[in-house]
Order: sequence, then structure tokens, then C-alpha cells
Amino acid sequence: MNAALTCTVTPDDTLAVTLAGDWLLDASLPGIEPVIERLQAAPAAVSFDTSDLGDWDTGLVSRLVSIRHSAEANNVPIDDSGLPEGARQLIALAFAVREREGARRKARDIGFFEGIGEKTLRVVGRSRDLLAFVGELMLSFGRLFRGKATYLRSDLVQYIQEAGAEALPIVSLISFLIGMIFAFVGVMQLNNFGAGIYTADLVAVAMVREMAPIMTAIIMAGRTGAAYAAQIGTMKVNEEVDALTTLGVDPVDFLVTPRVIALIVMLPLLTLYGSLMGILGGTFVGLSMLDVSLVQYMSQTVNSVGLNSLLGGLFKSVVYGSLVAIAGCQQGLACGNSAMAVGQSTTRAVVMGIVLIVVSASILTVIYINLGI
Amino acid sequence: MQDDDGHIVAQDITVAYGDFIVQRDLNFTVKRGDVFIIMGGSGCGKSTLLKVMIGLKEPATGDVLYEGTPFWASDDSDQEAMKRKFGTLFQSGALWSSMTLAENIGLALKQYTSLSDAEIGDVVAYKLMLVGLSGFEDYYPSEISGGMKKRAGLARAMALDPDILFFDEPSAGLDPISAKLLDDLILELRDSLGTTVVVVTHELASIFSIGNNSVFLDADAKTQLATGDPRELRDSHPNDIVRTFLRRGVPEASAA
Repeated sequence: MNAALTCTVTPDDTLAVTLAGDWLLDASLPGIEPVIERLQAAPAAVSFDTSDLGDWDTGLVSRLVSIRHSAEANNVPIDDSGLPEGARQLIALAFAVREREGARRKARDIGFFEGIGEKTLRVVGRSRDLLAFVGELMLSFGRLFRGKATYLRSDLVQYIQEAGAEALPIVSLISFLIGMIFAFVGVMQLNNFGAGIYTADLVAVAMVREMAPIMTAIIMAGRTGAAYAAQIGTMKVNEEVDALTTLGVDPVDFLVTPRVIALIVMLPLLTLYGSLMGILGGTFVGLSMLDVSLVQYMSQTVNSVGLNSLLGGLFKSVVYGSLVAIAGCQQGLACGNSAMAVGQSTTRAVVMGIVLIVVSASILTVIYINLGI
Repeated sequence: MQDDDGHIVAQDITVAYGDFIVQRDLNFTVKRGDVFIIMGGSGCGKSTLLKVMIGLKEPATGDVLYEGTPFWASDDSDQEAMKRKFGTLFQSGALWSSMTLAENIGLALKQYTSLSDAEIGDVVAYKLMLVGLSGFEDYYPSEISGGMKKRAGLARAMALDPDILFFDEPSAGLDPISAKLLDDLILELRDSLGTTVVVVTHELASIFSIGNNSVFLDADAKTQLATGDPRELRDSHPNDIVRTFLRRGVPEASAA
């Protein structure tokens, strides 16, 4: 039977609400607006007639709660004797503990300038946290070199494997493709001037000096930096970091320094490997599109890359590696106390890692140009 | 053994997160060999107080005295030395998930003793036997049950034969039997090793079966309402809130 609601005002100024049919959540229920409207007129009382009421569930009770709220707002006494016993008890239970003063959250009104100010302060705070973290890391390196830091060698070996050998496939793929793309562009443009052979120079210099360090670093920010943040963040949530601290083991010594070392050691090696793969990809395209022999192409490549370029590229990758590891570990240790917070710090680790890579890449390039490297 | 000054003395401790005061003016004394309960309703700052006591969170004011030496006023190396005498069992066990149980327990030994690996292995095996987990050396924390994790965490906390054992809600998440077994284990260890035990809990069964001293924290008053033997507090403390809490909300007239 369909739910129905009628309300009438009796001669003694009582609002009589008649509820009939099945009041179930998944049925289409009549609105209670007529009742609310009549309550505005502040009748002497509200009463209910439920003699024809069938099944009912939360659909009925939630509406009765709304009616009661409205009745209380208008100072109308409620006569709930007409309601089913169960519904009466549920309503009594719902109103037993009154809303705590100030518990309800109100959307705070933030002005435009206040918003900018708050965001700026947050950025300043984060930068300060990062600097403080770098300081702690330096102290930790000091303890490491004096042999006073506690860490597990097996951990270090494992981090090195994770940040090194296991990253080879993805680094191979990306570097090879980037080498090919550079070679395509080079062949297309340089052939216009009959200088197609200089494609070898273009690919080799671009890969060794810029692309291999930066691409490998970005891959590692997404792969390893994110993993560091998630690992350390989860340990924080599980109180594992507190457990280290209470044991007198510095979490930076135990968790961060080995990870930073792993990335600083492995990123240059990966970069070297990435350069090689890029040059290989370029060679592949160059040989198939240009009229040159492998020997010609290779000697052109070898002559184009000086030791300065190579060392410059490797130094960049050391810088990027430490930045990626620092971003990952700092975000992990700054993680809040929930599963959500782990996700947020992982995201932040990757974003911060990439921003730091790009900013330092610009700075380093300017320095290199001025030094004539 | 002279206990006149107490093993642990809390002096006018106020704990706060920024401007938000959690608890203020806390003063209590824990004697050597006590099982001291920190109790109170949810969210009253029990665990935060524990963090202050084990050196994880600096109090806004006040200090904790261990055998008369103030912890927070000491310099780093003295704090480290004091921390060596603590063993802590965290609420979730907080075993290091990338290490086996043996490595978890052995880390402290590696850090602070010059034992060989074989000797560490023997100590680890002995500690695991004490908590009834012998043979589980090479298991990872994710491979054992919640109750076993707590016991393994206890074995780790006891690795360096601490003077004081701290427990953060030892029975949380355990079935009644496991919780009872853990309580019994705490008492046995106290009796045989003479360790002072500090327990954060709101489980009445635990409070009465193991505690002989306590402090009651109240979230509304933001300070301690009572300190002393929990049974005496239940029977004769003047404050209603304390008596009601310890009677599980049952009014006195109907309480046995």
C-alpha cells in the first residue's frame, strides 16, 4: 500500500497528522512540507494517528525527527502516543543526547587575501621543514662517518637493489625511446642542410648532458621517491618510527640515510646506462634513415662527447638523486596518522621531487654555461 | 632498595598540542615494582601522557623524574641513557614490518651490547620463550596474529632487561582470553624481574587484576582527579566521576 500523509487542524487547535500505508525508504514517500508549514502557525499541539500504518523503517523515523525539530523550533508540544512503540523509542533515543554546542562544523569564510596569506605561510613552513630535514640529514651523515649511526647493512643492500637493478627495464625503455625521438627530429632538420651526420652529436650531447640525468631522475621520483614516502609513512602510522625513537635509534640514521645513499650511488649509474640506451636508440634511427655506416656514426658520437659533458651529467644525477631521496623521506617522516595521510605524502613526495629536479636543473645549467663546461 | 622518593615522579606536568591543553598539573609517584595504571575516558590524553613519560613528546611545563633525575631537563646523552632502561609496548605492537621477529628483538641488543650474533640469537630465543613464541624467530610480523604481535612486541620491549616497562593499551584488540593471558604475563614478569610497570588502559578487568597504583585523568577537568590504588578509588574516592568510571557507570546502590 502506498504511503499517505494527511494533516488537519482540529477545533481545539491540535494539528492531527495521519500516517497510512507502508513508510519504507525505497518507496516514494510523501513530503512532510504540509506539516512543517502548519507548524509555523504554532498550533496548540501535534498528534499522530497511525492506525492505518503498515510497515515502516528509517524512512518514517527520519521524517518524524524532522517534524519534531520543526515543532520544537515553534514551541509546539508533541503528543507521540499515536506513534508505534518502536518508532517512539527510536525518536527518544535520537533526542536523548542533544547536539553538543559547537560540535557542528561550519564552513569558515576565508577572504581572498586571507587565503593567499595562509597558503604562503604554509609554503614557507614546508620550505623550513625541508631545510631542517636537510640539516638533520647532514648530522646523520656525520654520525655515519664516525661509525655512530645505527642501520642495517642488509637494508642498505636491499635499497640499492630496489633503486638500481630493479629500475633497469623502465629506464631502458624510456631512454631508448627518447634517443630515438631526438634522432628523428635531428635527421629531419639537419638533413635540410645536408648535415644529417650531426644527428649523432645531437643525440649524444643531449642524452649525456641533460636528458638522461633528468629523465632517469623523474622516473626514480615516481618509482623510488614515492616508495620511500609510502614505506616510511606507513611505519609512522604503525608507530614503528616511535618504537625506533624510544629505543634510542635515530629514525633518520636508520631509515633515511641508507635510502639517500642508495639513490646517490645508483642514480649516476642508471644515468650512465640511460645515456647509453639513448645513444643506442639514436644510432638505430640514424643508421636506418641516414646514408652512414655504423663506424662513421659511432666515431661522430665519440668525438662529440667530451669528458666534461659526461662528468657534468653525472654530477647532475648525484644532485637529483639526493633531492629525490630527501623529498621522499622527508614527506614520509612528516606523514600524518591515517591511511589517507600516507597517500597524500606519497603524492607530495613525487611532486616535490619533480619540482626540485627541474629547479636544480635550471640552476645547474646556468652554472655550467658560465663555467664553460 | 630505597623507595622513599619513588621510581618515577611526575612533577606538575602540563601536556599541550600547541595552544590546546590536554592535561595540566599532573603529579603522581610510581614506586619501584608498582603496576601503575594511567586511566581515564577516551580522548583524555592517556597516551599523550605516556609519550611524555617515554621521551617522545616534550611536556609544556613540568618534568618526569626517574630515580630523582629529571628527564626533560637532562641533555641528549643522559636522555639516551635513561631511555635504555625503558621498554615500551605500543598499542599496535609496532613491530618493524620489514624485519623478522628475531631481527626486531635483536636490534636493541645490537645497538647497545657487544654480543656476537650467536649470543644475540640465544637471547632472542630466550625472550621469545618467555612470551610463549618460541620457534617464531624467522616469522615476519605480517605472518602472525594480533595477540602474537603484542607478545612479540613485549619480547622486544624486554630485550634489554628494562627497569620500567610501558604498555599502551595492552588489551586493545585482543579477545578476553588473550587479554587475560597478557595481564598474567605482565604480573609474572613484574614478580620475577622486579620491573616497574606503567600501563595505559581503560579496561576495568585489567585495571583491577593487575594495578596496585594509578592516576585517573579526566577529559572535562583536563587534570587528574585521583591517584592511588584503583580498588580503593572505586570504593571510597570522594569524587563521583572516578567512582562511576570504576564501576562501569553502575550507580553505587546497585553495585555489589
